[in-house]
Amino acid sequence: MSDITAPVTPARARSPWRSRLSRWDQKGSPYAFVSPFFILFGIFGAFPLLYTFWVSLHAWPLLGEHTFTGLDNYQKLLQDPQFWNAAKNTLGLFVVSTVPQYVLALWLAVTLNRKIRARTLFRVGVVIPNITSVAAVTLIFGMIFAKGFGLANWIIGWFGLDAVDWTAHTWSSWLAISVMVDWRWTGYNALIFLAAMQAISAELYEASAIDGASRTRQFWSITMPLLRPTILFTTITSIIGGVQLFAEPLLFAPGAGAIQGGSLRQFQTLTMYLIENGFTRFEFGYAGAVAWMIFVLVLIISLINILLVRRISGAD
Amino acid sequence: MTAVIADPEPEAPRKPLRTKVVESNNQLFRASPLNYLVLVVTFFLSVFPLYWMLVMASRTNDEIVQIPPVLTPGGNLGKNFTSLFDNPDVMFAQALLNSFIVAGSITVVVVIFSSLAGFAFAKLRFRGSGVLLGLVVLTMMVPIQLGTVPLYMMMDWLGIQGTLLTVILPYLASGFGVFLMRQYASQAVPDELIEAARVDGASTIRIFWSVVLPALRPAAAILGLFTFMTYWNDFLWPYVALSPENPTVQVALSRLSSGYYTDQSLVMAGTLMATLPLLVVVVLFGRQLISGIMDGAVKS
Repeated sequence: MSDITAPVTPARARSPWRSRLSRWDQKGSPYAFVSPFFILFGIFGAFPLLYTFWVSLHAWPLLGEHTFTGLDNYQKLLQDPQFWNAAKNTLGLFVVSTVPQYVLALWLAVTLNRKIRARTLFRVGVVIPNITSVAAVTLIFGMIFAKGFGLANWIIGWFGLDAVDWTAHTWSSWLAISVMVDWRWTGYNALIFLAAMQAISAELYEASAIDGASRTRQFWSITMPLLRPTILFTTITSIIGGVQLFAEPLLFAPGAGAIQGGSLRQFQTLTMYLIENGFTRFEFGYAGAVAWMIFVLVLIISLINILLVRRISGAD
Repeated sequence: MTAVIADPEPEAPRKPLRTKVVESNNQLFRASPLNYLVLVVTFFLSVFPLYWMLVMASRTNDEIVQIPPVLTPGGNLGKNFTSLFDNPDVMFAQALLNSFIVAGSITVVVVIFSSLAGFAFAKLRFRGSGVLLGLVVLTMMVPIQLGTVPLYMMMDWLGIQGTLLTVILPYLASGFGVFLMRQYASQAVPDELIEAARVDGASTIRIFWSVVLPALRPAAAILGLFTFMTYWNDFLWPYVALSPENPTVQVALSRLSSGYYTDQSLVMAGTLMATLPLLVVVVLFGRQLISGIMDGAVKS
């Protein structure tokens, strides 16, 4: 059967109807193929972002009238001590967790970049924390940092230190939350730095070794400058992740009022404040203003980061 | 889902995903005993909290609150699992099923749409493709929580508030996915193959289905893996959007620990249950997972 019809096919393909169809297909298909992404993003990504701004210009309770109030919400926000407290906590937690995390990740990457036995085992080891959900991480570390029976207090007891009520103070809660964040992300960043390190050509190291450069010198003069774009981009994703810090502080002290981040709001982050206003107080307009302030904050720290990373790693 | 795209320039040549990262310059430095010490300590610190979770999940609540802490597993694991699943207020089985539905359907749709768009951007010529690809990259910079308030309202308008669709719909467009598939498609699919299929009279969708999709399989697997993990673990939006009667497993965990059930061994049993599927994934696909993270970062 197929032997008989086979010679006919090319002729049929050349028919005018068929060729017009094929022209439409070639012109239209690309748009049809990319459109699901853009339609879905438009509806569930772009529209909410812009609509947040519109909502933020209103007094917008869950029930009742929406009244246009212009920039009132923003004005109120700038004078809101709880907002500034949340901003301080978010930035503070970001710095306290990110700085040691990057130092450790770089160190780990340099180590993993050596000729090592059981390479895959160690790499899988560093990535295991990253597959654990934030909720799980926080609950596990919540147990480790428990006041009465936690491992952390048991260990510091060896050194003769008194048990710490980890959720009660600013410093201790920040420390505990940073440990959770770093446990989850250090290995992941180490792998990304490792990938970037392996892309550096061996000849650079060989040449500098012939010139008598020490390992430390090689690290600062070859590895670090070439890692600059990678560090820049990981930091920007960390910033976006950092302002979204939510589950760790929320679940660290669970129960009623958890959204306030401790009795004195000592670890309430911006996202928690956003959710508190939007979904506990149901003041959508005010929550929208918080959302846009977070967006502005992301932009500002991303810019500072770009400048800083350029300077530190010696941009020419 | 935050693998780093080090260079968003469309024309930058890249390593194909499957290529093993060349272990070139590490031949220079042999690891010292100190390096092994660092690695062993790191490995221990990475794995210990999960081990301790297992210890707590297999003990009774009284054993957990002892000083000094118990450090070996007990015999209560089965009993804790049973009371976890039997508790009608926790609905843990329902939560597990919900998480599979949510993460699974997001994964399937994201892989299909990303492959379609990635193929179009990599292999088809069309007006405005450069600008559109730039837009795709930009969408990766938008944190979702900025849209939580309107998303919440929209789900109300659509009449689906509290259902699983609420947490599926916002994640179906993945800029990361489109970009990843585009990078892969531009190397993995030879132009000649597409031309040949065209000469044979195949339509574009036919070419996609029979020629391109099979070639994209390795990248699709990695994208699927990461997408599933991300939405299995997702917390903020499901926490806000889902009703207490219909939680995902992460939301159920947060409710399990917040007040009503202070039985810590039960909380840890739930945490173990929520982590187990992904631990299985790591055991099965650890290598691919690592190359996925590392390839996402490599700039060539």
